[in-house]
Amino acid sequence: MAKSWDEINARIASGTAVVLTAEEFGALAKDEGVSEAARRVDVVTTGTFGPMCSSGVFLNFGHSEPPIRMAEIWLNEVSAYGGLAAVDTYLGVTQPSRDRGMEYGGAHVIEDLLRGRAVRLKATSYGTDCYPRTEIDTWITLDDLNQAYFYNPRNAYQNYAVAVNSTNRAIHTYLGTLLPRLGNATYCSAGALSPLLNDPTYRTIGVGTRCFVAGAPGYVAWEGTQHNPHTDRDEHGAPVRPAGTLAVIADLKQASAEYFSAATFTKYGVSSFMGIGVPIPVLDEEIAETLALTDEDLSATIYDYGVPHRSRPALGRVTYAQLRSGSIEIDGKTIPTGPVSSLPVARKIATELKSWVAERGFQLAEPVQLLPQVGSPGPKSLEIRTGEAI
Amino acid sequence: MARKRLDLTFPPRQSLQPVIYHLVKDYDLVPNILRAQIQPGQEGRMLLEVTGGAENYLLGVEFLENQGLTVREAAADIVLDPDRCVNCGLCTSVCRTGALTLDGCSALVFDKDECVYCEACVIVCPRRAITLSF
Repeated sequence: MAKSWDEINARIASGTAVVLTAEEFGALAKDEGVSEAARRVDVVTTGTFGPMCSSGVFLNFGHSEPPIRMAEIWLNEVSAYGGLAAVDTYLGVTQPSRDRGMEYGGAHVIEDLLRGRAVRLKATSYGTDCYPRTEIDTWITLDDLNQAYFYNPRNAYQNYAVAVNSTNRAIHTYLGTLLPRLGNATYCSAGALSPLLNDPTYRTIGVGTRCFVAGAPGYVAWEGTQHNPHTDRDEHGAPVRPAGTLAVIADLKQASAEYFSAATFTKYGVSSFMGIGVPIPVLDEEIAETLALTDEDLSATIYDYGVPHRSRPALGRVTYAQLRSGSIEIDGKTIPTGPVSSLPVARKIATELKSWVAERGFQLAEPVQLLPQVGSPGPKSLEIRTGEAI
Repeated sequence: MARKRLDLTFPPRQSLQPVIYHLVKDYDLVPNILRAQIQPGQEGRMLLEVTGGAENYLLGVEFLENQGLTVREAAADIVLDPDRCVNCGLCTSVCRTGALTLDGCSALVFDKDECVYCEACVIVCPRRAITLSF
């Protein structure tokens, strides 16, 4: 029953493609069997909406009169990178502001731009013969910018940790407040809807894949930072620990604040909820098997974040169905759970992407290059060395 | 049985009567202090949950007023801003009384009756979508 990318794209173009979300596909496969589901369905859509710190935007402001080669740049008092050409910058979501600290940061500037709000731009320079201006203080909106696009170095983590805290005091992390003595457990994945958990060996998601980025049509630009295909995997081939990641690119001007939300994790810092969705072609029964996996099949590893080390002790494995039930058990103790990633918005993204493919002719792109597979170089750590040791 | 939440204002110079003790001893009420800001020589406020018989409740309130306290039904409230909330559910992970839960579709549900105004959710909400007015 194998289908080619071209056959599927032809069906999308003619408006006859059968498209389901990953949750719907899982339910259909349960009722009718994977073979029948694979025969009937052409495309399965995924979605995730969680905090993704490695995100940000490239911006070009256009030139002032007289022009300036911006060296230090602030947007609503949030520092942006000044090490590019005269009026180019990169604004990272986690950068805190110099006046409000982590309560307002790079992510909040991006959300303000998406909501059509004016943002105050200040920049200074040392002045050059060709760029004589040494300072500027003005206001910009998203419409005023020449280019504004996301380039997110690490999004859509393929699975993530379940976080607990074994110490005697509450700790504040990027996975929320972890209560003492295993008082709660937080987790951060869209589970069965998660893009890379539906294509665990990166067969169809690679460089050039067309996808949904914060409401805009975008592309997978590269492997994400810390992409690691080598983690432990279950009997379905799905990783049980954080594994693959995606770098994505998309036009900020086509994005929506509905799918990008600034966030502050108390005593941790600024981040942003990013909405990512990837359409996956049902090429054959092999991919259908992983598309059909549900929260009952997929699991994550529990880590003790009370241990402030690179390698945290693992305390076992639980399924996403258990996590979503509201409590899990560790060593006979019942521990309440809470998500960090929004399932309602993940569903909305998968549904929105379904309408792009089924009704608006959103074509699928075969990867022009695969992501690093098992067998590629493994992850490296940062060792502390002195100059003498080199 | 009645369960009420009261917003008490203590005058700067309050009588030396132990208020909570008498609510228990004389009126058989079960008080639960949810929040309190009491400083010597200043006006104080307390958010007090009181459980007990309907008649005793009325008598207890009368006692409090006779002590010079101003007694109002509590307007203190946890306010969820639906425009800011993204239904991530992180607040449910720190809500020990089960006031904040996720429904079958993982959307956030707030049961005010279960809330004890501990403010853990206010602090943890990454969208700063939850505020406490008191």
